[in-house]
Amino acid sequence: MRLINRRPGRGAGRLLSLLPFAATLVAYLVASALRRAENPDDKLLPSFAAFGEAIRRMAFTADPRTGDVLLWLDTAASLERLIVALAIATAIGLVLGVAIGLLPYVRSLLGAFVAVISMVPPLAILPILFITVGLGEAAKIVLIVIGVAPPLVRDIALRVGDLPPQQFIKAQTLGASTWTVVWRVALPQILPRLLDSLRLQLGPAWLFLIAAEAIASESGLGYRIFLVRRYLAMDVILPYVAWITLLAFLMELALLALQRRAFPWFAAARAEA
Amino acid sequence: MSTITIRNVWKEYGDLVVLEDINLEIAPRAFVALVGPSGCGKTTFLKMLLSEELPTRGVIELDGAPIPREPSVERGVVFQRYSVFPHLTVLGNVLLGRDLQAGGVRGALFGRVFGAQRVAAEKEARELLTAVGLAGAEAKYPAQLSGGMQQRLALAQALIARPKVLLLDEPFGALDPGIRTDIHVLMRKLWHERALTVVMVTHDLSEAFKLGTRVVAFERRRNEPTDGGRYGAIIGRDIQIWPTRVAGVQQRSDQISASGRDDPLPQSEQRRDDPALNGAAG
Repeated sequence: MRLINRRPGRGAGRLLSLLPFAATLVAYLVASALRRAENPDDKLLPSFAAFGEAIRRMAFTADPRTGDVLLWLDTAASLERLIVALAIATAIGLVLGVAIGLLPYVRSLLGAFVAVISMVPPLAILPILFITVGLGEAAKIVLIVIGVAPPLVRDIALRVGDLPPQQFIKAQTLGASTWTVVWRVALPQILPRLLDSLRLQLGPAWLFLIAAEAIASESGLGYRIFLVRRYLAMDVILPYVAWITLLAFLMELALLALQRRAFPWFAAARAEA
Repeated sequence: MSTITIRNVWKEYGDLVVLEDINLEIAPRAFVALVGPSGCGKTTFLKMLLSEELPTRGVIELDGAPIPREPSVERGVVFQRYSVFPHLTVLGNVLLGRDLQAGGVRGALFGRVFGAQRVAAEKEARELLTAVGLAGAEAKYPAQLSGGMQQRLALAQALIARPKVLLLDEPFGALDPGIRTDIHVLMRKLWHERALTVVMVTHDLSEAFKLGTRVVAFERRRNEPTDGGRYGAIIGRDIQIWPTRVAGVQQRSDQISASGRDDPLPQSEQRRDDPALNGAAG
């Protein structure tokens, strides 16, 4: 039988998907054990016991100087920035994206401009942000917005354009105005697609967040990682990375669940189109 | 119930002439079937009746006044696909015609009718759904319906806006033959019951003759590649498309519109197998 026609059974499929995770874990354990056999004080690949100790210290013990539990402090600071920035970017994406996708005049006015703007590497203008809006929260949020909003605008404009033109004609024959076409026809069909775009932008959003925190911040997950890097504290960095990955993964799952719950029609409609 | 007058209408895309000097007067309550080979401009013609496209030259009038330059409520439409909104339930799709015409600031802002008006609109929508055979499916989404049911829904949705003219763009072309026969019965019933002038584009000649009071055939007199698209389609008579059948059928279909009785024509399934017919309809 050809390889393209061979399919794993359910159990085998599960097992296969777990395999890379297990392999990574085993590779780490072996490498860590080898290094620590040579040098018990090795900092590069700490043991799981060391991780446990670091997690206890960062996540469950108040910092002796400030009285804060650092992991939660960092998580709250980072999530606040991320969520505020994503909310702003989503609002920009929806308003501009629907306008560009639906209104020929706005498309002529802004289409090319947004296409060019979205090519500007956001990290390259981070210094400009620090100079103009200072080193505070605003700079970090603006960086994420600048990084995430243009692709959202373009994606939503494209998806509005992908809606069958018959729908807009039909709505007009039923008496719709431009605004009610937006409100009753375009927006409700764009929202589930927006959640898809947002999911894809989570990666870049985290990237910009951590970059901004690494450079100028007093709290946040990215700040902590780059702070303890000075002490080669891999026992803190790796759990932080795992925690960030988990958070991003949970956000993705939440967006997927929201899409399923709030737009029950969407999966079937997408399958049909 | 209204007269459509098409006077000296041309449609050109740059050098390409699609339609050439079309003149047509469609009587109130007529059921006009537009037929013709692929690419003859019959759909372009329908789009102009809808104002989805504008004539290059000439005028289209509805009851003596030029039609608006954009789609409007007096001209309803059912397309072959994408006529209904996937994000609305069956009931929501029909209610939309009332919702979008809601008056007042709140109506214009939300595109929705409220209160007693909503109750009345829902009642009307449910009656329409019963009339098209979709009672019981109110809460479903279009993706849960078969193709035939989706087109029934599209008809109900178009009719709730009470259009004077109903434009149909190959509305039943994608349906299985049996389902198509059922929906033909419904279509004729709706046309009898409501004050509608219907213009239907179809590539199915038997459908055209079965439903129409008038079959208009579009035709390109010259379609040589060397012409460079300088000659658009004109209205040939139906006789020119299918001479032997038209006269008798046209008489019969005239009878239908005069008496309002149902169609005594033979079942279309027998005719659909006719290879010559299939060739002409392509």
